[in-house]
Amino acid sequence: MTGSVGAPAERREGREKVGGTARYAAEFHSPGRAQAWPVPSTVARGRVTGVDTAAALEMPGVLTVLTHENAPRLAEPDDPTLVLLQDARVPHRGWFVALVVAETLEAARAGAAAVRVAYDAEEHDVTLTASHPGVYVPEDANGGHPALREQGDPDGAFGSSAARVDVAYRVPPLHNHPMEPHTSTARWEDGRLILHTSSQGTGAVRAALAGLFGLPEERIVVTAEHVGGGFGSKGTPRPDVVLAAMAAHETGRPVTVALPRRCLPAVVGHRAPTLHRLRLGADTDGRLASLVHEVTTHTSRIKEFVEQAAVPARVMYAAPNSRTVHRVAALDVPSPSWMRAPGEAPGMYALESAMDELATELGMDPVELRIRNEPGVEPDSGRPFSSRHLVECLREGARRFGWAGRDPRPGVRREGPLLLGTGVSAATYPVMVGPSTATARALPDGSFLVRINATDIGTGARTVLAQVGADALGVPLERVLIEVGSTELPSAPLAGGSSGTASWGWAVHEACAGLAGRLAGHAGPLPAQGLEVRADTTGAADSESEFARHAFGAHFAEVAVDTVTGEVRVGRLLGVYAAGRILNARTARSQFVGGMTMGLGMALTEGSTMDAAFGDFTESDLASYHVPVHADVAGIEAHWLDEEDSRLNPMGSKGIGEIGIVGTAAAIGNAVHHATGVRLRELPLTPDRVLTGLLDRWT
Amino acid sequence: MGNLQHHSPTTLRVNGKPRTLTVDHRRVLLDLLREDLDLTGAKKGCDHGQCGACTVLVDGRRVNSCLLFAVALDGCEVTTVEGLSGDGEEPHPLQRAFLERDAFQCGYCTPGQICSAAGVLAEAAAGHPSHVTAPAAPSGEPVPLDREEIRERLSGNLCRCGAYPRIAEAVEDVIS
Repeated sequence: MTGSVGAPAERREGREKVGGTARYAAEFHSPGRAQAWPVPSTVARGRVTGVDTAAALEMPGVLTVLTHENAPRLAEPDDPTLVLLQDARVPHRGWFVALVVAETLEAARAGAAAVRVAYDAEEHDVTLTASHPGVYVPEDANGGHPALREQGDPDGAFGSSAARVDVAYRVPPLHNHPMEPHTSTARWEDGRLILHTSSQGTGAVRAALAGLFGLPEERIVVTAEHVGGGFGSKGTPRPDVVLAAMAAHETGRPVTVALPRRCLPAVVGHRAPTLHRLRLGADTDGRLASLVHEVTTHTSRIKEFVEQAAVPARVMYAAPNSRTVHRVAALDVPSPSWMRAPGEAPGMYALESAMDELATELGMDPVELRIRNEPGVEPDSGRPFSSRHLVECLREGARRFGWAGRDPRPGVRREGPLLLGTGVSAATYPVMVGPSTATARALPDGSFLVRINATDIGTGARTVLAQVGADALGVPLERVLIEVGSTELPSAPLAGGSSGTASWGWAVHEACAGLAGRLAGHAGPLPAQGLEVRADTTGAADSESEFARHAFGAHFAEVAVDTVTGEVRVGRLLGVYAAGRILNARTARSQFVGGMTMGLGMALTEGSTMDAAFGDFTESDLASYHVPVHADVAGIEAHWLDEEDSRLNPMGSKGIGEIGIVGTAAAIGNAVHHATGVRLRELPLTPDRVLTGLLDRWT
Repeated sequence: MGNLQHHSPTTLRVNGKPRTLTVDHRRVLLDLLREDLDLTGAKKGCDHGQCGACTVLVDGRRVNSCLLFAVALDGCEVTTVEGLSGDGEEPHPLQRAFLERDAFQCGYCTPGQICSAAGVLAEAAAGHPSHVTAPAAPSGEPVPLDREEIRERLSGNLCRCGAYPRIAEAVEDVIS
């Protein structure tokens, strides 16, 4: 071992990114490239009865207008959100009903504005309520989790508990909004399709295109060398992929489709709103007898996606009686999808807020309450944990934060117009891993080339995988070259579910360890093409584990609430994680802090509204949907424990891309309660809600 | 009416080189850089002046290049992230500091953050106050850039990966 793993190695693509030479999907110029602009539906439900393209087609520079009447016919995809321009149906507002292709961006945009679409609009229903008549319990929630799980007699145990909390929370729709909008540049060459796209995994993009266009995968090349963030919304192909391929096919030109920012909320997926009801019943010592987490959410008419927000309650605390259930209503809304920590992020906001309420009810320290309910095995499954260091995270976080001696009384720390408080929350995220392939080649010049279709969406995957490879080979990091981000490379799963590094790293480790073995037995100079070993972790990475495998963490927040303006300021946010072995201290810290920052946004600034009259997300651009900015982020610290777990993968790592967001909003909300004595149960905690709460309490 | 012009010759100095183009009047500086000059360092995040990814320097001041019609900038000096370090091979101190601090992840907002930070340094040196500058600070004197000033002045540059603390540290490194 040369010890590359764990070292804070600098990002391999860093120079290109700071120098402006890293190319993203819209930035592949080729002669004759055309630009395309989509036309979104302006009704929430109905049918297109006519598309008048005459004015657009007369405009200089406009090449063609694709509509459901003239677009190429596609085979039925697995994902109904990709059935684009195939029929007159409008399943939600913002659904694309035409695409203008033109010589320039300006001509395409003007052309799109000139397209006249007539609709036969129908009554729409976009408003989610817990009592919506269309609500049903699906079979599964996202991730294949059973929608309903029940242990013991949760209602009876709740009824007879000495301490009870029965509360409702609401998390609004949230938007991923990666900085790079969803973009694809497509061209056809001799019956082959070449696509540069902004995606978390090009393998899935190629598979979808092969199905839609009836092409063998060998005739499609998809690359995603640099990707401007995804946060789940680029996990599978989005409309830009299909529209670019269709437009390039129809015009015979390379075509770029870069979705306008305002279009994203309606077509790339969103975190669905979740309505939570939590019932916690405990004895006077704080030991949970009953835990009930009921979630109601929405999905679209065309796709069932159920945010699995009650699932973390199956993992967190020892409660002999429990019920976790998801209910969903299919409405005339855009299709929801993955957003960073789907399930865990909203679910743990609700559960960890309720735990704080229980601590208040009991007059118990909220750190102690969590420790008291630490389970010996995974509560719902009964499986032993491969490793679980939540208690250690809580204790280490409390020590670093200075939690000891905290005055539990809410609403008593004043500094002028400010009320001050602190809060805590636990965090969890499952360990996921999938099979992958990779090759490692020893070259005669003494370098090594690792090839794998991993995707670096900003996580530092290139760098970390080179570190894993270097250690498996037993060579210095600088001798390992790596290629990622293309379907021309050995196939590998997407960057999602915090599973990328574990899945890819496993295959890289196997290939490099295998190569090291080959080299040990090799005498004489290497052949000119080098020596190559291929690894495939199928059968190993996807084998069932007898262990429950999750990362855990603890978040601590300190807030100041301005009683005049209602503004909440987070002075300090501190996270401690137990996520297996940390493979690169530098990039890992950036990911943890990034997740916590998004959690801060979830707590204080981010929220979307489904407008009942128009069936549209009201906050559809970055001026109205407020992601955190520099001024919102004061002190954020991320720390981790040295956690050893041999039941994961050869590196001993758990995923780290998502756990940072989980629990952050609850820690901040709990701190706001500690500061003000006001319990706000609907996110985000904007000044209007805070002021209203303060008025109710303090007048 | 038949003589309406939709294009005009326009000359800009971009990263020190004169560039004369016949520009569509609708074309914004960002698209001119990206589409006509293949300078794709300036990024399009929102096309509406809401995210700052397109930030470049025009006559030394930072601007959202997606909001400026190129035809109106005839004679202007434009500096993009590609030209920040001049002709040298060595990166600009801000670029080096961003690398050393790992002040980015996906990299899409990074050129805008770096150009914006370069603009901030010049503005503070020239005595431009910000929302958090003390009202009693002497007018026209250089404004010292503490952490709060840096955060305030860079708040027009969004980073969804959440690299903010590292970006502020990188800017501090360059100041000290």
